[in-house]
Amino acid sequence: MSQASTVALWIPLLPLASAAALAAVSITERGRKAVPALAVVPTAAAAVLTFVVLFGHGTGAATESRVRYAATGGPELWLGARVDGLAALIAVLVGVVATAVQLYSVTYMAHEERYTSYTALISLFTAAMLVVVYSTDLLLLLVGWEVMGACSYFLIGHHWERPEARSASIKAFLVTKFGDVPFLLGILFLAHGAGSFRVEPIVQHAIHQGGHGYTAAGAILLIGGVMGKSAQIPLQTWLPDAMAGPTPISALIHAATMVAAGVYVVARLYPVFLVTPAALWILAIAAALTAVTAALSAFAQRDLKRILAYSTVSQLALMVAALAAGGRDAAVFHLMSHGGFKALLFLAAGVVIHKAGTGNVDELNAHGLRRKLPVTFVTTTIGLAALAGLPPFSGFFSKESIAGVAYETATQSGPAKSVLGTPPSGIGWLVLIATLLTGLLTAAYCLRTWWMLFVPLDRVWLRRDRKAAETPAEAAAEVAKTIVPASETGAAALEALVAASEEAKSEPGAVVGVGAGAGTGVEEGTGAGAAASAGEGAGKPRTGPEAPLAELGPLVVLAAITTVFGFVGLNHGWFASWLGDADGNAYRTAAAEAGKLIQPADAYRLSPAPLSTLLAVLALLLGLALVFSALRAKPGTDPNRVLGLLRRPAREGFHADDLQDAVAVRPVQLAADAVVFLDAEVVDGYVRGSGTASRALGEGLRRLQTGNVQLYLTGVLTGVVVIAAALGFGR
Amino acid sequence: MHAVSPLTLAALLFAVGVYGMLVRRNAVAVLMAVELLLNAVNLNLVTFSALLRDRLGMGQVFTIFLITVAAAETGLGLAIVLMLYRNRGTAAIDDARELGEDGALGLKRLPSPTPPAASENDKAVAK
Repeated sequence: MSQASTVALWIPLLPLASAAALAAVSITERGRKAVPALAVVPTAAAAVLTFVVLFGHGTGAATESRVRYAATGGPELWLGARVDGLAALIAVLVGVVATAVQLYSVTYMAHEERYTSYTALISLFTAAMLVVVYSTDLLLLLVGWEVMGACSYFLIGHHWERPEARSASIKAFLVTKFGDVPFLLGILFLAHGAGSFRVEPIVQHAIHQGGHGYTAAGAILLIGGVMGKSAQIPLQTWLPDAMAGPTPISALIHAATMVAAGVYVVARLYPVFLVTPAALWILAIAAALTAVTAALSAFAQRDLKRILAYSTVSQLALMVAALAAGGRDAAVFHLMSHGGFKALLFLAAGVVIHKAGTGNVDELNAHGLRRKLPVTFVTTTIGLAALAGLPPFSGFFSKESIAGVAYETATQSGPAKSVLGTPPSGIGWLVLIATLLTGLLTAAYCLRTWWMLFVPLDRVWLRRDRKAAETPAEAAAEVAKTIVPASETGAAALEALVAASEEAKSEPGAVVGVGAGAGTGVEEGTGAGAAASAGEGAGKPRTGPEAPLAELGPLVVLAAITTVFGFVGLNHGWFASWLGDADGNAYRTAAAEAGKLIQPADAYRLSPAPLSTLLAVLALLLGLALVFSALRAKPGTDPNRVLGLLRRPAREGFHADDLQDAVAVRPVQLAADAVVFLDAEVVDGYVRGSGTASRALGEGLRRLQTGNVQLYLTGVLTGVVVIAAALGFGR
Repeated sequence: MHAVSPLTLAALLFAVGVYGMLVRRNAVAVLMAVELLLNAVNLNLVTFSALLRDRLGMGQVFTIFLITVAAAETGLGLAIVLMLYRNRGTAAIDDARELGEDGALGLKRLPSPTPPAASENDKAVAK
């Protein structure tokens, strides 16, 4: 009974029950006061139970509890949980982030009309992800996987009054489903090869039989689903558009559920991929491309949530790259640390957007948020530092471990990654270069984002001496002249700002009030600029204190986790021994010496190699220096102009949407048009033609019906004569 | 005995009957022509019955049967002709074409019957 997997069986049922109860409440329209409790308490209880499972599992061997669901005649179907270190750790991540999101939503979404159904869907989402994490049977995993796809559709389309939310939800659903088709086929291939849908026989089959036939085909097909869910090229486009959903949903999708599922599945079935070099190459190339292009896109975005979305794509690509380079431990480590700080960043972005009424960083720059939102300022700074990879935050350690793995694979130095062999050194070089480039770009866009959010671009100590504007209205006009050439919004924004400054001239008192509210005299012009953007009707800024405790609490907790979590990777084997071996066995010296482990004992470490760390830190510093020098060179402008010609395509996501449109959408539409033509013109033509022909025949025969009996008789007689003649002379 | 004479006679009778049936306008004459047809067939039946030495005499049985049917048919036909004559004042068969289709070949469009005057009930409903 005390097996961890027995407890794990019941964990997904808690959020599931919560979802059912919330759905009942949303139908009956009664008991709405109980909704926050119904949403938060079961999720929190599930989170606590995931910790129980984690510590119950400890560093032991994988445990499994299952019941046979159906005897199929072929591979049997099982309902059950398989707990190894990987599942236990990821379940903790899911539980913690889901609880934080539910708690945060209590106040963040309270004013929403559809709050009840929203929380019900979050609970269902969480339950589905926990099913994916714990499931022992790949078909059960697929059920959770698809339920997540449906939930993401509903949640991204939460504001279905807005057309972009509707189209984003449909896009997310279709693009991920596109990847799910090969995913299902891959599962069937693997199950056919191993004779079972369960994880363990499939992994053992891969270890003992090597990577040919069904295993290789299954691994390559599975990548389709991984690319869809984890937003890798060529299926990456849904994730930035998914920002149309509420911000807590973005936190949930980006940190713990949905996108993590793709990386998780590769890690869980890792030996299957390890023995298939072709699959590793596909993963590495897609991930390297995705990491760099998404980081460039993040650098060029103007919307805060889109910056974070592209950074998620880029960081997920780093995890996939680490998996391709043989670094399962590093990838899972980064998945967990990224889950923490990305949830933190999204939740903080929610506070910022509610406070300022806009997500545009150009406008946010003028809001003086550092003074208005002190807690958010500190926590966001921690989150961005972790994202950039600054020590001592968690992102530093996890990224260094990825760089270290890539370096060791590239040079084929260090201990062998597994008894199944180390991936080719070409993958290592590819991943190493991508990691370093992404590190540089990540540092650059993190600094830029931080600066745009919290520090006015034209600080006095950055810009040339400038005569202080005499009236706030003139100051606003000057700010307009300064900002507009940089922001590329052209004449429209200029007109808006000038109009706002004219308004300000007519009502000087109001602008002075805003300017004073913004703080110091230096920032008076900035304050007027804030009035201008508010005058554009960008949104409904929230007034009053920074944010409710239910929103700040998760921020502080996640920031604390982000600060300390990295150190678990430092000690030789803390994180790695929790994570266990790739086939689910615990790390034990005896087993390692007997050669029973996939990963030799030496591979159980995440502390980075000195040279790769040095390179990564250099890339980080280079990125920071790039943005800082851009800020110094031309104060008051967006530092992403250093991208030069790349900026515009990067902002559009390198026109991946157009490519998908040309490759997939338009051919499908053409085929649909052809089918419509075939149906309406060809098939219906026959049907309608038979009707028309019989009408015409009837019309002709009607004409013969004269009513003259003798004419009829003549006809009959003629017929008889003809038949008789035919019979008589035809012989 | 040769079968030629009765068979020839039957053929001639049949031909006369066909001619009368198709050409004569008077309905009574058409009925008489039909009688000729039937009797030509009777003659054939009797002839072949004798020729084939039919021991059961089926040809003769059929002949008697046919005579009975022809008598009944003539009675019925004459009754119809009588009603036709009473209603229309003529027994010309090619004037009785009410069952023909509108606009059929060689048929003038029949005058549409005048609609019956609206009854009291209909007026009440219309109000």
